[in-house]
Amino acid sequence: MKISVEVNGLRRAFDVEPGDYLVDTLRGAGLFSVRRGCDSTSCGICTVLVDGRPVPSCSYLSIRADGRSILTVEGIASEAAKIADRFGAEGADQCGYCNPSVALAVYALKRTKPKASDDEIREWLVGNLCRCSGYQSQLAAIRSYLEERP
Amino acid sequence: MNVVSKPLPSLDGKALMMGRQAYTDDFAAAGSLIVKALRSPHPFAKIVQIDAAEARKIPGVELVLTFRDFKRIPFTRAGQGYPEPSPHDKFVLDEYVRYVGDEVAIVAAADAKTADEAIAAIKVKYELLPPVLDCETAYKNPSVLHPEPEIHEMFPIGFDPKNNVAASYKMNVGDVDAVLKTCDVVVERTYRTSAQSHAAMEPHAANARFDHQNRLVLYATTQTPVHIRRIISQALDYPLAQIRVVKPRVGGGFGGKQAIAAELFVAAAAIRTGKPCRMVYTRKEVFEATYTRHAMKIDMRLGAMKDGTLKAIDCQVLSDTGAYGEHALTVFMVTGSKVLPLYNKVDAVRFAGTVVYTNHTPAGAFRGYGAIQGNFALESAVDELCAALRMDPAAFRKKNMMREGETSPIFAIMGEGTEGTAMTMDTCKLPFCVDRGMELCDWAHHFPRRIVAKNRVRAVGMAIAMQGSGIPLIDMGAATIKLNDDGFYNLLVGATDIGQKSDTVLGQIAAEELGVPLSRMIVTSSDTDTTPFDTGAYASSTTYVSGNAVLKAAKKMKETLVAEAASILGTTRDQVAFDGETFVAESGRLTLRDLSNRLFYNHGQKQITVTESYVGHKSPPPFMAGFATVDVDTETGEVDLVDYVSVVDCGTTINPKLAQGQVEGAIVQGIGITMFEEPAYGKDGKMASNDLLTYKIPTRLEIRRLTTEFAVSYEESGPFGAKSVGEIGIDTPPAAIANAIYNAVGVRIRELPITPEKIWRGIQSARQSK
Repeated sequence: MKISVEVNGLRRAFDVEPGDYLVDTLRGAGLFSVRRGCDSTSCGICTVLVDGRPVPSCSYLSIRADGRSILTVEGIASEAAKIADRFGAEGADQCGYCNPSVALAVYALKRTKPKASDDEIREWLVGNLCRCSGYQSQLAAIRSYLEERP
Repeated sequence: MNVVSKPLPSLDGKALMMGRQAYTDDFAAAGSLIVKALRSPHPFAKIVQIDAAEARKIPGVELVLTFRDFKRIPFTRAGQGYPEPSPHDKFVLDEYVRYVGDEVAIVAAADAKTADEAIAAIKVKYELLPPVLDCETAYKNPSVLHPEPEIHEMFPIGFDPKNNVAASYKMNVGDVDAVLKTCDVVVERTYRTSAQSHAAMEPHAANARFDHQNRLVLYATTQTPVHIRRIISQALDYPLAQIRVVKPRVGGGFGGKQAIAAELFVAAAAIRTGKPCRMVYTRKEVFEATYTRHAMKIDMRLGAMKDGTLKAIDCQVLSDTGAYGEHALTVFMVTGSKVLPLYNKVDAVRFAGTVVYTNHTPAGAFRGYGAIQGNFALESAVDELCAALRMDPAAFRKKNMMREGETSPIFAIMGEGTEGTAMTMDTCKLPFCVDRGMELCDWAHHFPRRIVAKNRVRAVGMAIAMQGSGIPLIDMGAATIKLNDDGFYNLLVGATDIGQKSDTVLGQIAAEELGVPLSRMIVTSSDTDTTPFDTGAYASSTTYVSGNAVLKAAKKMKETLVAEAASILGTTRDQVAFDGETFVAESGRLTLRDLSNRLFYNHGQKQITVTESYVGHKSPPPFMAGFATVDVDTETGEVDLVDYVSVVDCGTTINPKLAQGQVEGAIVQGIGITMFEEPAYGKDGKMASNDLLTYKIPTRLEIRRLTTEFAVSYEESGPFGAKSVGEIGIDTPPAAIANAIYNAVGVRIRELPITPEKIWRGIQSARQSK
């Protein structure tokens, strides 16, 4: 079935099967930042923003996206670069596999709760697992990005 | 220093966050066949019949491979130097399956759905065999995992498959039994460590295609591209020169990507079909069918005098290697060789044990590599000894631990699978690490415990640890530096950046020596066709071994450039000063940019490229002291980890922020195995914790505070004074947290993970016995 979705500001048509998940539809469209980390909606790696809200695209049926607006990290390149600068300054990026999903979650956090406390940051990102960093450096990087004036 | 010791952002961090094409599956050729595996539902069985005829008839199915389609070539998947210290006990596919998840058949199909249909259509008849699911019953069990006649060891490793023994070893210094008899206090305890899943965020993946020369080109999530190439050649009987392995960015390894996995199957499928093939493991496959840490049972005896002098250590190990023997011997030997020298002043030390086969997921390399298991046993036992001696465990450690300028006879005796290498500790800042850690956690105030609220006790606990910096005389790293026009360089390394940011660290070493900013050092890793040899990212070898190769190459490049400049300036080398940007002599000046442009276009045209190699003659250990501060709820047994203090001696930190990242990431993995990570098997031998819902790794909520500092330390033999730092952080949390919990509530947990339930039961039984 055909769906029409705004992806990173461009309206695009996709031909999807009823059981297709958004992660595969977007990845199939060449968006390398959208990837699987698990199959049980428990790692956050596949996070994309649907109408501004972080959703796990591995359990979000593609047909649900019909008529909606999706952002992947490719669509927020300049903000992702700013977040990356904060991560770089704190040594908070290691393997980088989870980083696009973390960038999207942090981007959404800044627009939802710009004055988030450390505990609110932890809560907001609890579903975004990272096996490399130990999290503390990422907390410092995220705090610094939230405090940065636009 | 302009580049080294600077907390520079990593070379690839920004592009990775922006979602660039970077990881293995991003490079799969369009239209690749999807490769999937039919996996065993049984922990131990013989395939008596396998019928793939129906599967092969399904439109879109290109290939179904069973054990009948392969030559019987025993090999090891371990991904170590050659000859490997792991037994050659694996076939690509075999008529036996030895764990739930073991490969039965491989299919390649036009798309994922068709591949799944093909897998469902393969008919297999199994003869079920009694599985060995408890490593304590494996030895001499009538159920023999590896009866096949072709398997063998490459050199003596104590391989005894008829008794389910993958490897065994023993050594002793002095007469442990005699010395223990003279001791005032002896503690004898048994400790158990669980297995652990690496749970790197990127699942294992590989893809293969034939290039314009009909060579097989693989992209792979690997820590060991050179070993992968060799293993594919050997196991598939395919010419090594016709294989190219490219390691793009890798989404975490931690040892889990040292051994081969999907690479074998996509290579086999591509060779048979001639078509591009891709495979991405599901998370379930990553858990069930890659590798885990070796679970161990460790019997520890310590003897000391009343004054707190440690006299003897006796350590007996039983290690569970699962269905195959990848890293069986070497992980187990590190349980002794990178743990017991911490207390080097003993009169006698004995280390012995057996690594047994079971029908569990195969164990393999995992950050810490045996040392974390041994450290939990030794450093818990030290605190138990201190309790018996009524001595402060920090004071006991300071009295007995390794110090700078000292050695241990163990270094010469125990290597990794072979004899070891004698060495003296030219850097060992353990005394500083202990003192500083005590300050940072306020040991004087908190030891052993303070009541902070009703039913809430705060306590501290500590452990010290050591690791290594590569495997001496075995691990070799090489580096090539190439000058380009406009005066910038390529640094080509086989050293494998798997997310630990070694490209950045190695680039910093080269840039520092050559006097250029990091932006003019373009680092490439790894491609077996273009980058030089390196054994790979394991054994904490990269900063020290590969880093030394990089430094040597940079020095050679500098010498070569000065000679070229001298020739252009009409003078001798010793008359030329070079700061990285400009060559200055009395006869004139020349910038690097000018020199490079002349060398390429105008004057005695040539390409300047240098390659240097390094193999360690010793393995200077990084050391650390770890201090856990915990709050324990005396009613529920729940533990809040308030802070984890790490004070680390890894020599110079080439990039302090990245070094801190290595330590903190490892500490948190160590906290994971200490407090909740445990691959759980059912009675049917199936792994119950096979996804990230049922296998819990630490989240942001559990990590309240990490305090990480580095000792001032300069290791002469290391590049700019550095030792390695990749593994050391993982070793201390199990014992430090166990010791803190004991200090809090008097409950000694000797079996990981340390769950609230175990603590609560301990509190209850202590109350009842009162």
